[in-house]
Amino acid sequence: MEIAFYIAGAVAIVATLMVITRHNPVHALLYLNVSLLAHAMLFYLLGASFAALLEIIIYAGAIMVLFIFVVMLLNLGKETAEQERKWLKLKVWAGPTMLAAILFAEFLALVLSSRQSTYSPAVVSPREVAVSLFREYLIGVELAAMLLMAAVVGAAHIGRHKKLVLHRFLKEEKEREEEKQEEMVL
Amino acid sequence: MKTSVSAEVVVLLAGLLFALGIVGVIIRKNIVFMLLSVEIMLNASGLAFVAAGSRWGQPDGQVMFVFILAMAAAEVSIGLALILQIYHQHKSLDIDNLKEMNG
Repeated sequence: MEIAFYIAGAVAIVATLMVITRHNPVHALLYLNVSLLAHAMLFYLLGASFAALLEIIIYAGAIMVLFIFVVMLLNLGKETAEQERKWLKLKVWAGPTMLAAILFAEFLALVLSSRQSTYSPAVVSPREVAVSLFREYLIGVELAAMLLMAAVVGAAHIGRHKKLVLHRFLKEEKEREEEKQEEMVL
Repeated sequence: MKTSVSAEVVVLLAGLLFALGIVGVIIRKNIVFMLLSVEIMLNASGLAFVAAGSRWGQPDGQVMFVFILAMAAAEVSIGLALILQIYHQHKSLDIDNLKEMNG
């Protein structure tokens, strides 16, 4: 099964490369989806079937749909692709890529110089994960729930548009109040 | 399903994906692509966690992956709402246009 691991890893790397170099947002999103599916394959091969399922359901299913909705809402099409083509010049990406490559080379050297360990991944069943999640990490689960709640409220607040006051008298009253306030400020 | 790849290979794969995410964040000017690159980085760290968890046969790696997933979902929802507001106010997603934030 090693060959499957290497193939999935290669797919993940190539798809990620495509994500960061595409001009069209929709193409980048589709490549990211492929990359996520490759990640799910890697998780499964590492014996983490629960993580693989979560990756497909939540990441490739839910989060990517959010991204696609936003890209559709913003109507990012050909113009954005043109703009990206203009922005993504060699002198823009050469420097950062080189620096990141140096960092990765350091990481490579560190990992390769460490003691080689034989690796036989154990299969961790969803049952063990659930028991650990709701026993030792219960406080973490509750904190995650609060985080998600805060995210929902925050997203609803940030995404809200300014409401127009529909009743004409109310509108006039509001305007008058605003004028009064401006006068007071002046 | 089990494989017998060495731990170094998995960690190197995660590191490479993380480096690609960093490159994506730095070289892009469009804020949507930057958010995508952040997702790539979160995924790479999740891969490292899961690999470590399966290396020792402990469920903690996958538990951490679940937390990363929850965090990513929260971050994406807030980030996309901000992107929508930025687009409505500036009619552009170029991060250089956001100078008045004085950040």
